[in-house]
Amino acid sequence: MKVKVRYFASIREAVGQGSEELQARGETLGALRDELIARGGAHASALARGKAVRMALDQVMSDETAALREGCEVAFFPPVTGG
Amino acid sequence: MARVTIQTQDFDVAAEIAALRGGDPGVGAVCSFVGTVRDRNDGSPVTAMELEHYPGMTEKAIEEMIDEACRRFDIRGARVIHRVGALQVQDQIVLVVVTSPHRGESFRACEFLMDYLKTQAPFWKKESTPEGERWVDARVADDAALARWGISSRNG
Repeated sequence: MKVKVRYFASIREAVGQGSEELQARGETLGALRDELIARGGAHASALARGKAVRMALDQVMSDETAALREGCEVAFFPPVTGG
Repeated sequence: MARVTIQTQDFDVAAEIAALRGGDPGVGAVCSFVGTVRDRNDGSPVTAMELEHYPGMTEKAIEEMIDEACRRFDIRGARVIHRVGALQVQDQIVLVVVTSPHRGESFRACEFLMDYLKTQAPFWKKESTPEGERWVDARVADDAALARWGISSRNG
């Protein structure tokens, strides 16, 4: 499944890129996170289990059970701190 | 008039209030909140700040918060402006203005919108301190503030 992945704030800095396009093998946000962790390196540490990572699917806050859609936009970011 | 604006430039509170009141004779109360850059955080002096957001999602998220505020409270209008980019100490960061027939509803809706925004709108602050730059940590207290409105959050 073709997915656009975006990274923000400390996670963007850690992985060294703001966005990328990839072919996801899994079907959920959680599966995609696991695929990115499996790359090792900066992705593995920035998205590691137990770290506070928030996710959005097509620009809506979502949890790991959310189902990916062809051409969707997924974002990974730390807890928000605006205001 | 736009209800939500994300911008790098400063805003004029009086002009925004006047625009929101906009000749609506049903308004009897106006409540506004302005968040500003503090010179200290978590025990360190702060000299400047950089704010990042998620273009598109940030605006949509705040629009939905205003829709929810309109369902919950008897309000006439709401306006949110949030700045991004480089900010200095004492700069204005965020403006929330709510108008309503009576004061109670605009006080409550204004606080509701700020509590919601703190934990659900995708913004991230990076502070400059004498020890270098650091990303600001989310606060559990902000989740607790939103919980008062019956909304559970696990941001912090």
